[in-house]
Amino acid sequence: MHFNPKHIPLIGFWLCALSMPVFAQDNTAGKLHQRANASMCANCHGTEGQTVKDSSVPSIAGLPRDYLVQQMQAFKNGTRPATIMHQISKGLSEEQIASMAEYFAAQPR
Amino acid sequence: MKRRQLLQTSLALATTPSLVLSQVWAANAPAKAQVVVIGGGYGGATAAKYVRLFSNYKIHVVLIEPQNQFISCPMSNLVIGGSKSLSDITSAYDALSGKHGVTVVRDKASAIDPQTKTVSLQNGARISYDKLVLSPGVDMVFDSIEGLQAANASGHILQAWKAGPETVALRKQLEAMPDGGVFAITVPEAPYRCPPGPYERASQVAHYFKQAKPKSKVLILDANPDVTSKAGLFKKFWNDNYKDTIEYRPNHKVTAVDTQSIRFDVQEPVRADVMNVLPEMRAGAIAMQTGLATANNRWCGIHYQTFESVAAKDIHILGDAVLAAPAMPKSAHMANSHAKVAAAAIVAQLSDLDIHPAPYLTNTCYSYVNDKMVVHVASVHQYNPAEKTYKTVPGSGGLSSEANTLEGTYAWNWAQNIWADSLG
Repeated sequence: MHFNPKHIPLIGFWLCALSMPVFAQDNTAGKLHQRANASMCANCHGTEGQTVKDSSVPSIAGLPRDYLVQQMQAFKNGTRPATIMHQISKGLSEEQIASMAEYFAAQPR
Repeated sequence: MKRRQLLQTSLALATTPSLVLSQVWAANAPAKAQVVVIGGGYGGATAAKYVRLFSNYKIHVVLIEPQNQFISCPMSNLVIGGSKSLSDITSAYDALSGKHGVTVVRDKASAIDPQTKTVSLQNGARISYDKLVLSPGVDMVFDSIEGLQAANASGHILQAWKAGPETVALRKQLEAMPDGGVFAITVPEAPYRCPPGPYERASQVAHYFKQAKPKSKVLILDANPDVTSKAGLFKKFWNDNYKDTIEYRPNHKVTAVDTQSIRFDVQEPVRADVMNVLPEMRAGAIAMQTGLATANNRWCGIHYQTFESVAAKDIHILGDAVLAAPAMPKSAHMANSHAKVAAAAIVAQLSDLDIHPAPYLTNTCYSYVNDKMVVHVASVHQYNPAEKTYKTVPGSGGLSSEANTLEGTYAWNWAQNIWADSLG
């Protein structure tokens, strides 16, 4: 295979693609901030979204992202009755909810 | 064991081979750690675990805690009420070391040198740190009330505001009290640890008296002008259920005690058979002696985005000891929340990453009004970068509509989950 300067951007892309997952998952500031946000759910819903055995407070790890967003919306607008989540959900922005839903959806059940 | 837990345990063991021991003594404490945490309560234990988690087990953490077990303040009023025992509210530190690779040193921190970034332990060892997390809790200011130090030392007047032996001793005093006796609890001026705690305790004692000693009384002598937290909910439940048992008296500031009575700045002295006198509180001694209690020589001023002390670089202070932002209670749940924001900031700083520009905190506080029914208060606190403090989010948070048993179940499960989140 002959060296073709046109491939340089592509090589760069593949190098990035190879290295990105490691950094994107573990080391970027954005992911750290997302984890910190999501950890605010853990006091009740368990570390990484897994509650203790037989908990009446449900685990939220591994639930589908869209389901988690919909439930938070339902708590916010009152269509899902709650003892406390209607009050907590109203403290979170749409962006915070989407970010946390994405985080918990990616956690093993 | 789940696969993820196994992986975490293997990683922890791989990165810190000395952690086969669940706890180490000061003589074996390492000379240096990236992060040293002083205090294994809700704030410190959570910070130790979450620095490990957020750094993907790359940052070495040492936790210094003199007690060999964690005894929870939340739920400890149920021990006083008689529906739970101390073992129900006690957890081990084993998972922090065995599962998360935290080096748990069973000792007491005796001094901090912010210049050399070194912690001295009571048993003589020294540990230097890159980052220190200080979660010292509160100390009772016994000498703010004449006679209280001696009455507490002799066991006549207990505080039981740090769960443990005094919790059990207070329960025994109540059991030994004859029917027709008086239990008096005094509430210091806010801020103090656990705003609804005194009213929950009064409810628990009233519940016990109603079952076992129906002619007995509960007197609440409050330095504040009204019930500090969940006032409407507590007062309605007392009126509906403990009308003949609980008497609430506001604006009662305690000045002195002896073994039989409590004296006030204005009102006549009160005699009681069992007295639970809570003096004013301040940040734990180690924070005071290090010069970190910058607010009224009582609470520790912090930069709220990172929880770093305003007085000392690389010392992050958590929990009840900090000067609270507006409407931020001194609670266990809040300390757990503080710890996570601080842990993320510490991991960011040690990893050369941007600090979270706008962290937020949650708080949930359940109070048992009898052995099964609960009232709650909840809040969400968003960091405001322009004002550099936390503010409650408008429209969020709130109270139970009334005392109910469903939340009694949730409250006990909240406890199980926050114990696991902080220590498990």
